[in-house]
Amino acid sequence: MEIRLNGKAREVAEGMTVRRLLEELGLHPMRVAVQRNLDIVKRERYEEVVLQPDDTIEVLTFMAGG
Amino acid sequence: MRDGATLKFAGKEFRSRLIVGTGKYPDYPTMQKALEASGAEIVTVAVRRVNLDRTQESLLDYIDLKRYTLLPNTAGCYTAEEAVKYARLAREVGMSEMVKLEVIGDQRTLFPDNEELLRATRILVKEGFVVLPYTNDDPIMAKKLQDAGAAVVMPLGAPIGSGLGIRNPHNIMIILQTVQVPVIVDAGVGTASDAAIAMELGCDGVLMNTAIAGAKHPVMMAEAMRKAVEAGRSAYLAGRIPKKSYATASTTMEGMIE
Repeated sequence: MEIRLNGKAREVAEGMTVRRLLEELGLHPMRVAVQRNLDIVKRERYEEVVLQPDDTIEVLTFMAGG
Repeated sequence: MRDGATLKFAGKEFRSRLIVGTGKYPDYPTMQKALEASGAEIVTVAVRRVNLDRTQESLLDYIDLKRYTLLPNTAGCYTAEEAVKYARLAREVGMSEMVKLEVIGDQRTLFPDNEELLRATRILVKEGFVVLPYTNDDPIMAKKLQDAGAAVVMPLGAPIGSGLGIRNPHNIMIILQTVQVPVIVDAGVGTASDAAIAMELGCDGVLMNTAIAGAKHPVMMAEAMRKAVEAGRSAYLAGRIPKKSYATASTTMEGMIE
């Protein structure tokens, strides 16, 4: 199925959880924030939240800034 | 008199009164050395999309989280709602309640939108955030932010990245006399003397980014800023002489030959 990830289309497996998506992206779950369709997904729910087709996912982290 | 030995707010205590940003450095190793030379204990970061291209290095690989307290900002936000969203995302990444709250009103000046800033402060304080709002040098606004529960107030010295220095020291002084929370000058510092001036006025701290990151030698400038903040603080505590229009001789006339 297709989702939008950080503004770009991406193919992911059916039943993909937030946790598995982060694993696939090689991202440390303790260093990111995840927003799904405008709602923040709390870290303790990464395991249980299953992505749906056309979900808009944003994965954010700390970057350089003043 | 603001004579505490450390910078204290929200139950936290810092020996360094210099807060530095992590933006605009030529590269991460230079940033890392500059942070070290600045002596800062608090560094600001932004919340942005992760780079999905894993060949690129991550900022966090260059910041020792045992040593530095991260202060996420809401840079680039133009409404209270947007700033609140970014603060919540920052809390999610960082597990910290601290946020450098910026709500910008205009792209050209990057001056704060104080109405939205105050609104966002109230919302975030209610949600348990430790709010450090970037505001203009208006004592009335500073008081409103304090009353809304801001942990500190951060008036600008001049526009962000302008390097124009402390344009209105008198307002900063009135802010210092108006609020009880720490006052940290945020934005406008161009060189060491600007930081010293802020501290001589009695400010509790100075926050800067471009002045260090944009200098020809960022690491050397970071060290200069550390010394300036310390020198300015000492001068404030030492109590400067009053300004006078005419001379007062330092050497006595007594003992001169007739």
